[in-house]
Amino acid sequence: MNTPRATRRALLVGSLLLLAGAAQAETSTQDAIAEYREMFGDDNPAELWQSRGEALWHTARGPKQANLTACDLGLGPGVIEGAYAQLPRWFDDTQQVQDLETRLVSCVTTLQGIPREEFLKVKFGDGEKKSELEALTAYVVAASRGKPIALPMQHPAEQAAYALGKAAFSYRAGPHDFACATCHGDAGKRIRLQELPQLTTAAGAREAYTYWPAYRISQGELRTMEWRLQDCFRQQRLPQLKFGSEVAIGLTMFLAKNAEGGTLAAPGIKR
Amino acid sequence: MISLRLPGVLAASLLAVSLPLYAAETAPDAAAAMQRSFEAKKQAGMDRLQQDEVQALCTRYTTATLPAEAASSIQQASLATVKPPSDGQYLGDYKAGEQIAQTGTGLQSSDDPAKPNGGNCYACHQLAASELAYGTLGPSLQHYGKLRGQSPEMLALAWRKLYNAQADVPCSNMPRFGHQKILTEQQLKDLMAFLFDPASPVNQ
Repeated sequence: MNTPRATRRALLVGSLLLLAGAAQAETSTQDAIAEYREMFGDDNPAELWQSRGEALWHTARGPKQANLTACDLGLGPGVIEGAYAQLPRWFDDTQQVQDLETRLVSCVTTLQGIPREEFLKVKFGDGEKKSELEALTAYVVAASRGKPIALPMQHPAEQAAYALGKAAFSYRAGPHDFACATCHGDAGKRIRLQELPQLTTAAGAREAYTYWPAYRISQGELRTMEWRLQDCFRQQRLPQLKFGSEVAIGLTMFLAKNAEGGTLAAPGIKR
Repeated sequence: MISLRLPGVLAASLLAVSLPLYAAETAPDAAAAMQRSFEAKKQAGMDRLQQDEVQALCTRYTTATLPAEAASSIQQASLATVKPPSDGQYLGDYKAGEQIAQTGTGLQSSDDPAKPNGGNCYACHQLAASELAYGTLGPSLQHYGKLRGQSPEMLALAWRKLYNAQADVPCSNMPRFGHQKILTEQQLKDLMAFLFDPASPVNQ
């Protein structure tokens, strides 16, 4: 706790690069990230996003000068503890299956009267351009730390979202013929030195899903699941995945359901 | 109903030319949902979501689950796409090939279309012993030429795998670098040299 955070981060990133560059092939970057996590301990940089999100949650804003404490994330108005562990889910008021990010958009637009386009102008933060969505997401997600993932999965639309996510996971397309399954369909594989979780199994899905959203060391940003999915599709050489689209919600549902029973540790720390 | 079904019937009869027994169709609702869920970004246009026959079949099946008839249809159709080098020379410059194997960019919406595409071979394969940062999605190709020699058959086989891997392993995860025009003929030759040249780091 006596070392300034910036210095410690520089040291850790340095040791991470050294490990990645010079180590034996067997020494994976996973080990280095585990070390990074351990040295940070409770000092996860995601806390900066969480506290910004907490302030946003409680501040009266927008044309309606309301805060978000009446926002219903599925467990009743204002209940955030454990809410993320049960998302995505069906919401009667919007007649949609929503993930956390799209549900937050609903709350901001209906309770505060802030237009969707304005709130989503910075969906994904970039240095000085801060994202309110990422901050609110971090705040709500952190309130489910230690909770087991348990989705309601009663509504037919929730089951349909899962089925679509499963189909989208295997959809091969683009100049490289890639699908999500190309990299995440088998056990024990690596891309370069990066280990790839097998997202179709409980163990693999839990390993990935319980740490997202996450603080991304290489970018110095907290990233949401919507960001993670659209960046996978960019690497697949496909067009831009739309925020809150059927496929975005479906894949999140597919991953969350596969990870069911896993204990949430998000926001995590990723490479 | 009849007019709605007609396009499907037409599509099936067109597919029947090369794939007689298996309609290469992904669940139509999934394909439609993909169309609704994406938007074009720079060089990554919406046309990239349209599946060809191989992509559609390999969405429904994996190499392991693919029915035998469909497997041989994919192999034959893919084999027909392979163009040997126009001058008959398979081997280019191994140093240029190593650069292509190391380069992971190309055809992403975030990439500069003016720059040559990479092959990103190291993402999935072990090649030169000196490069420790290799992936394991594909088999190790270490000592590729040293172990196989440079017979015409070996050269033609490796060229085929680079050009259109579906010709040998239906529903392979490997991109069809020649068929999909990811790499140019010269780049494919340079990669061939990286695999086969006795002086290449792959064979050290």
